[in-house]
Amino acid sequence: MIKNFLMNLLLAAIWVALTGSLYYTNFLFGFMLGFFVLWIMNRNETDQRYFFRDPKIISFAFYFLYEIIKANVQVAFDVITPKYFFKPGIVKYTMAAKTDFEIQLLSTMISLTPGTLIVDISDDKKTIYIHVMYLTDPETFVRQTQTGLERRLLAILR
Amino acid sequence: MIDIVLALLSTAGALSILFASIGILRMPDFYLRLSVTVKASTLGVGLLLICAAIMFPDVSVTTKAIAIVFFLIITAPIGAHMIGRAAYFTGTPLWKGTIADELAGMYDEETHTLESEEEERDKGDAPNIAETEEETK
Repeated sequence: MIKNFLMNLLLAAIWVALTGSLYYTNFLFGFMLGFFVLWIMNRNETDQRYFFRDPKIISFAFYFLYEIIKANVQVAFDVITPKYFFKPGIVKYTMAAKTDFEIQLLSTMISLTPGTLIVDISDDKKTIYIHVMYLTDPETFVRQTQTGLERRLLAILR
Repeated sequence: MIDIVLALLSTAGALSILFASIGILRMPDFYLRLSVTVKASTLGVGLLLICAAIMFPDVSVTTKAIAIVFFLIITAPIGAHMIGRAAYFTGTPLWKGTIADELAGMYDEETHTLESEEEERDKGDAPNIAETEEETK
């Protein structure tokens, strides 16, 4: 897993050195070439996790970007129109994430989506308390976060 | 082509910072103000920095922009979390339209530890929700 990633970085660096232009687009192109070469070379290996994980990370980045933009438009609309549409509230959310790193990533992702704000994490690291702006029903919000953001994030990390 | 992308990105960034600053004035309570400001300004600054990275074809500008965006994304939610927690501890009331407060009564008053399980609540642990608009101004 980590060996494949380092190998991929090395191949990208070799591509940059050979072509001689250090731009981020060129580096990305070299990374893609290296990914393709490694994929062909590792066809018969048993550990294929790296090759499934890279596309998942990219699709997660786009999903997260879409969520941020959607929520930002909603909040911006509420800010500039005279009437308040929101129903705020503090929700208890039981996490499936266990380690510190997973909790850190999950809470950063939740915090960066507009309209949600982490107020506190319980001391036994099982639940977080989220201040939500558009809360129609606490259970619906918890279920949406569990099946949407957290499941995708844990699919990458585990 | 690249000019159009730059124009779109920088307009979106500037607008989101503008909405964040209007949000500070208009939002009815402290938590909503915090919630609107931190996210929108992170997105706005991030978009403007990405614009700068695309506009100057210089490696040092790109690396600096990426580093700034990275540290902004790491630190801004933590700052918001700490400010929000401090506000909750000092008893800042929630807006009168707040429909749920599941955090009420979960703190230990003496040790400031936070429980995750529901225990029997005292009568004095009612949610700290304001009754008039003036309380949260």
